[in-house]
Amino acid sequence: MRRRDVDTAVRHAALTFGAAIALMPLLWMVSASFMAPGEASTLPLRALPRRPTLEHYATLFTRLDLARHFLNSVVVTLAATLGSLLVTSLAGYGFAKLRFRGRDAMFRALALALVVPGQVGMLPLFLLLRELGLVNSYLGAMLPFFGSVYAIFLIRQYALSVPDDLLDAARIDGAGELRIFATIVLPLIKPILVTLAAYTFMAAWNDFLWPLIILSDSAKYTLPVALASLVGEHVQDTELMMAGAVVTVLPALGVFLAIQRHYVRGIMAGSVKG
Amino acid sequence: MSTILQRRQARAAWLFVGPALALVTAFFLVPVLGGLALSLTDFDLYAIGAPGTARWVGLRNYAEALRNPVFWQAARNTLYFVLVGGPLSVAVSLAAALLLNARTVRLRGLFRTIYFAPVVTMLVSVAIVWRYLLHPRYGLINHGLEAVGLPGVDWLGDPHWAMPAIVLLSVWKNFGYNMLIFLAGLGSIPGELYEAAAIDGASAARRFRHITLPGLAPVFLFVGVTTMIGNFQLFAEPYVMTQGGPLGATRTLMLLTYEEGFRWWRMGVASALAALLLLITLAGALAQTRLKGGRW
Repeated sequence: MRRRDVDTAVRHAALTFGAAIALMPLLWMVSASFMAPGEASTLPLRALPRRPTLEHYATLFTRLDLARHFLNSVVVTLAATLGSLLVTSLAGYGFAKLRFRGRDAMFRALALALVVPGQVGMLPLFLLLRELGLVNSYLGAMLPFFGSVYAIFLIRQYALSVPDDLLDAARIDGAGELRIFATIVLPLIKPILVTLAAYTFMAAWNDFLWPLIILSDSAKYTLPVALASLVGEHVQDTELMMAGAVVTVLPALGVFLAIQRHYVRGIMAGSVKG
Repeated sequence: MSTILQRRQARAAWLFVGPALALVTAFFLVPVLGGLALSLTDFDLYAIGAPGTARWVGLRNYAEALRNPVFWQAARNTLYFVLVGGPLSVAVSLAAALLLNARTVRLRGLFRTIYFAPVVTMLVSVAIVWRYLLHPRYGLINHGLEAVGLPGVDWLGDPHWAMPAIVLLSVWKNFGYNMLIFLAGLGSIPGELYEAAAIDGASAARRFRHITLPGLAPVFLFVGVTTMIGNFQLFAEPYVMTQGGPLGATRTLMLLTYEEGFRWWRMGVASALAALLLLITLAGALAQTRLKGGRW
């Protein structure tokens, strides 16, 4: 064999080994979720269930009412994504293309916030939302996503490429700024909006700390909070917990596979100019 | 353009940036600054009902934190995760990107998707999955170790192994993210450089050392700083897997802040901890930027 072929073979072997490690926890999760109670904690270990059962999924959706938490998560995630897109696309375009006093200074101040993790403000934010009566509300859970500085930043970078002549021509024709935004700008910046939608959706869907803090009534828990509280009571029920993990992991994986292209582009866009 | 149009545009501009500025101010800027103020008070459970009862205590919360061995243990745990978990995760990401970044690789898209899959899984769910994978008797990981002749480990029950176990989970979960960024960086290195070096007879190791690594320098800085900032916030993994145990071996600064603030409602103390964490995080990010000679 030529040296090049050896290199290619070793490379593929390493890639396959890596893929096995990346997938193993997920495959075991799926397999164990179909096992009978206690089967995952029996020696010798089994790779596949002896007699596959759906009983854990039934328990989750009947006795443990996981559908409710699923719905909570869907509501919070969708509203957080849409609200964030609306607010940040307006602002990102405004900072890129509209001329007004103090614009650049304000934007630089905003960019500073990129390095401060939001968790630092969570205690006062909790007290603030408590004053506003938003503790234990869906609105409270989604609010921190609306004014994402990161999203404003990405949209501004993208909107800078919109030609000024196009906007000025529309202005001379008498179009208002909002109309220009809706009919000319939005179609042009659509790619970055799709990317950010994917990104925000994933971030909101998987978020744990903030909903854990702000949602006190278990009926309002989003999926990760509900699951974390479930594992406290059912730590011995391996197979049940694996079914719960499957229900929370697979939808996000499905969405990811569908929108992979946009999501990946967002990560790369963010890294080009941090 | 006439001044009337300009003035009209400036007025309209506030409609565009106003909502975002208001939201960022109200729900980010004010809370972050408010946290600093809160850290100088003895705000506690009683003050939540009657905020007037909170008093200024100066730097007492900070002094108490710095005297408390629990704080130092949490700081050590957090630093361990940042200094061991961070570089390990970046190294795995780079290795995966380098493996994928060859023209000879088949099914590249498939491998990339598989490596990225753990990134989009819900952290709480996979932390639960890993709890069982790490089980001393029934966990796959110990069975894998024993299969190659290594002794099993009581991962989450042994204070020496609990943090390494969390590092393992986090590397598995996160390496795909930085891998993509490295791939983008590798793709932006001009191919002619490699061709010229090959013609000059430079070995693969030399090409890596003198073309790939310098070409990736800005990417390293970005990946290093963002990974570090994220790692300083470690919370959900120990919350779900160990509740900070055993013997506090996985209690991080973020977990300690959460416990003080939302379990014991000692919000002044918790705010001081959060401020200290922010300080350490910014110092770390700055040090790394200086060290790598980059501009941020």
